[in-house]
Amino acid sequence: MFLIKCPYCGENRSELEFRWAGEAHIARPENIAEISNEEFAEYFFLRDNTKGVAYERWRHIHGCGRFFNAIRDTVSDNFLLTYKAGLPRQPVPGSAPVSPDAPEGGAA
Amino acid sequence: MTKKSFRIKGAGRLTPARTARFTFDGKTYTAYEGDTVASALLANGVHLMGRSFKYHRARGVLSAGAEEPNALIDVARDAARRQPNVRASVQEVFDGAIIQSQNRWPTLAFDTGAINNLLSPFFAAGFYYKTFMWPKEAWAKLYEPIIRRAAGLGVAPKEDDPDHYANRFAHCDVLVAGAGVAGLTAALSAAETGAEVILVDERADVGGALLFDTSTMIDGKPGYDWAQDVLGRLKAMANVTVLTRTTAFGYYTHNFIGLAERVTDHLPRPGKNLPRERLWQVRAKKVIMATGAIERHMVFANNDRPGIMLASAARTYLNHYGVAVGEKIGVYTAHDSAYEAAIDLKHAGVEIAAIVDCRANPGEAVVSAARALGIEVLTGHCVLDTSGRLRVSSMTVSPNGGDAKRRIAIDALLMSGGWTPSVHLFSQSRGKLKFDKANDRFLPDIHVQQGVSIGACNGTDDLSALLAEAAAAGGGTLSVSGSSAYGWTGGMIGAAEGAGKDTVVKAFVDFQHDVTAKDIRLAVREGMHSIEHIKRFTTNGMASDQGKLSNMHGLAIAAEVLGKEIPQVGLTTFRAPYTPVSYGTLIAHSRGDLFDPARKTPLHGELVKEGAEFEDVGNWKRAWYFPRRGEDMHQAVNRECRTARETAGIFDASTLGKIEVVGPDAAKFLNLLYTNAWDTLKPGKCRYGIMTREDGFIYDDGVVGRLAEDRFHVTTTTGGAPRVLAHMEDYLQTEFPDLKVWLTSTTEQWAVIAVQGPKARDIIAPLVEGLDLSTEAFPHMSVAECTVMGVPARLFRVSFTGEIGFEINVPADYGASVWKAIWERGQALGACLYGTETMHVLRAEKGYLIVGQDTDGTVTPDDAGYGWAVSKKKPDFVGIRGLKRPDLIRDNRKQLVGLLTKDPTEVLEEGGQIVADPNQPKPMTMLGHVTSAYWSENLGRSIAIALVAGGRAKMGETLYVPMKDKTIAVEVTDMVFFDKDGGRIHG
Repeated sequence: MFLIKCPYCGENRSELEFRWAGEAHIARPENIAEISNEEFAEYFFLRDNTKGVAYERWRHIHGCGRFFNAIRDTVSDNFLLTYKAGLPRQPVPGSAPVSPDAPEGGAA
Repeated sequence: MTKKSFRIKGAGRLTPARTARFTFDGKTYTAYEGDTVASALLANGVHLMGRSFKYHRARGVLSAGAEEPNALIDVARDAARRQPNVRASVQEVFDGAIIQSQNRWPTLAFDTGAINNLLSPFFAAGFYYKTFMWPKEAWAKLYEPIIRRAAGLGVAPKEDDPDHYANRFAHCDVLVAGAGVAGLTAALSAAETGAEVILVDERADVGGALLFDTSTMIDGKPGYDWAQDVLGRLKAMANVTVLTRTTAFGYYTHNFIGLAERVTDHLPRPGKNLPRERLWQVRAKKVIMATGAIERHMVFANNDRPGIMLASAARTYLNHYGVAVGEKIGVYTAHDSAYEAAIDLKHAGVEIAAIVDCRANPGEAVVSAARALGIEVLTGHCVLDTSGRLRVSSMTVSPNGGDAKRRIAIDALLMSGGWTPSVHLFSQSRGKLKFDKANDRFLPDIHVQQGVSIGACNGTDDLSALLAEAAAAGGGTLSVSGSSAYGWTGGMIGAAEGAGKDTVVKAFVDFQHDVTAKDIRLAVREGMHSIEHIKRFTTNGMASDQGKLSNMHGLAIAAEVLGKEIPQVGLTTFRAPYTPVSYGTLIAHSRGDLFDPARKTPLHGELVKEGAEFEDVGNWKRAWYFPRRGEDMHQAVNRECRTARETAGIFDASTLGKIEVVGPDAAKFLNLLYTNAWDTLKPGKCRYGIMTREDGFIYDDGVVGRLAEDRFHVTTTTGGAPRVLAHMEDYLQTEFPDLKVWLTSTTEQWAVIAVQGPKARDIIAPLVEGLDLSTEAFPHMSVAECTVMGVPARLFRVSFTGEIGFEINVPADYGASVWKAIWERGQALGACLYGTETMHVLRAEKGYLIVGQDTDGTVTPDDAGYGWAVSKKKPDFVGIRGLKRPDLIRDNRKQLVGLLTKDPTEVLEEGGQIVADPNQPKPMTMLGHVTSAYWSENLGRSIAIALVAGGRAKMGETLYVPMKDKTIAVEVTDMVFFDKDGGRIHG
């Protein structure tokens, strides 16, 4: 179970209090009514599903209720940073954690 | 059976004065307090403890710990307090324990299932996959009832578990898994720095290998005594929690550790208030893994007879429990540590028949020590085979590669192939392993989480190095010194002499699943080249012992046949739990009423009094219908439907989702979230709203009342309330954060009483204060704040029945009182109570849709016939672009329409498929399906709603609903079946 730091509450809390909310930094187009089918597909349907460092949204649903952004390594599951919604995409702090290629179970 | 005791005077640490009595297969035995079932049976000369999974071969206890694959027993206090598949080497004896052997019939000594052993050529690797295929009928008659039952373990009790289980969350600085030399040292080192420490060990006693290894001295004391001293010091420290009989069974993300504490399984009469087991969910800043190593067995022909066991197990039974495992014992080893078992037994007066060592040059010190005691040591030799039906009686010994065979009589055979580090927790933490070729073992390499491995599980063999490593891991300045009588060298994995390539002997790799070396080779020959495939094809390592003994041997044999190095073949995944954890422990209090808590409305008690039958809607208990004496559901619903339209019906609508949307930008916000326009809605009025997702499909619906310029009372579907609020919050917080709006869930704040029907106004009017209820003053789709019986209320003039309707919202705590008064008035005027079934029928008669029943996430407002609810003027709302997608505006989309069966008494089945040509060959072209279907008492016929491709263009056409036994002809109609001009609602 993850330990997640809510950037609003400022504390590490159990994953039980949170809900994942998809990829981060996908802004709803201002002129959404006018965009093309391709642009709509890009905005609404297509997601990166990154292996490694991913930007995602979480919600502290059983806490303050706020949505926020997180940088998580989807291989190690380490949270590299959490930050408030509305802030621009933040750089990855430090270097990525070890062994992104480590297979399940350890050896090969 | 012999009455003889195999207790050795002066050996072991148990007290003869304290005894316990238990039964094994009906026979009574005496044990010492502290015995395991295995040690107590061995003390009584009983080695035969079980039958194997597939071949029903006689099996004894193989180990003295958690890795035990053979001696699985059924432990009971009474009929309900019974647990199958317990390891005899782990279960402590308590007075009155009822122990049964498993997987045998009629008795353990005479088991008819043993015929499988003779039929074993038919049960080779992949047997299930090759056999359980066809014919289909054989599943019911042969495979499931006979073959599967014959291969099995224990039987779970059918009774409810009367015990209770507890759950605890804990945080600590350091969690130490394993209280052997390394774990105790690390825990003490950490504790002396003031850190919060939790130390766990699966055994009842601390010490780990010190329980059997009596040649180790630490800080000048015998190792076991040192361990007890350290335990005493740790227990005296306020910052230390020591948990014995507790298994660290899982290492999850972010240093989250699962512990299973067995609280009462060893007690003869557990206190009623004690939980049987306790689940600890621990978040540790640092995890120190000191999980030790497990001895390997030797893979040779018939290596599974009772009396054949691991050398360290025999040493544990002698040095800790004071039990000799035989009187004339052979040893077969590839590792020096087995010599110490022989030496200890010899000192205790037991005859050692011979030590057979497959290595040409074992450690000098152990060989000289054994020979000095007069023990015959045969180096460069192997054990080719054993004999003995229910107990090993001889071993056949030969020089490696030679022909000369010698048969030696024995009654026990100890074996050791060396030691396998227990890297289970480390691997569960997603740590990466490396292969140590010199010692044929995998060791922790890269730790991915905040953890460290120390001691035997880290391959640290030398005692001084181990103590230094452990002290450093704890973070303190502790210094401990130690010495061992002998250093250990050697070890091997894979099939031993005589069980290698081109042999067909039964040399067991996995005892619990009856997998032999030849099975592994067969799997490779039949095309399984990945270790994951080999594992599944042979089931090697898939039993409840999780391959603690078998994985490395299976891997080595596969690697040999594949002609690859072991690291190239890889290792199967170590999964939690390390040892089986009972469901009771995992669910703790979440059972019975607490399994999935029921939500009850404020009116629930009143509904019960009125005899309601309830249905589950999500977690809600909703009144379904109110049968009167002698009525079945059908009759009750017909009466309720009739009464509601003729007089009035009263309905608990409290489960309706309610969200208070408040703020200067509230109307602007709702404009963005719903397809309708809200700025045109005047305070005091309501509007039916449809919410779509960005993709244009209907997400939810409900009536929204505007109480003031800046305040809306939004209702949602019963099931949709949480996700609608989450959806709103998401947009408000992340897409439209500049809007000044507050959202509050008020679902449980209001009790909602719906009164519907021609006499609805008469019923409520005398109870409502400060509001003119006349149609002119308060027409359909009005809302007002008023008082009802002096209680502040929100009164809606709305209808989900097509009749004059009111929904009275009062604070939840007043709900029951107001309900009682309204029901009293209603009864006097001839009204009825109605439930969700009648609500469904009445709304279907009017063609009102239910989101989630008539829509399924692929239906647009236009598909549903609600195109009018989508504003054409708004520049933006969620779904505006999705609704313009080519697929959403094409012709022939599925649309909601009414269906009337040609035979008015025929009620369609919801989910029934609709076709145009019932005689079309299969696969038929399906036009859609029935979403709602009821008997309408008010219309005297059946009605249905359906999604039909191009439905609105098919009015009047005849379509067909093919069923299993008949085809039903239907006519396509509009969705409004009753009161088509809608006059009644405005009455």
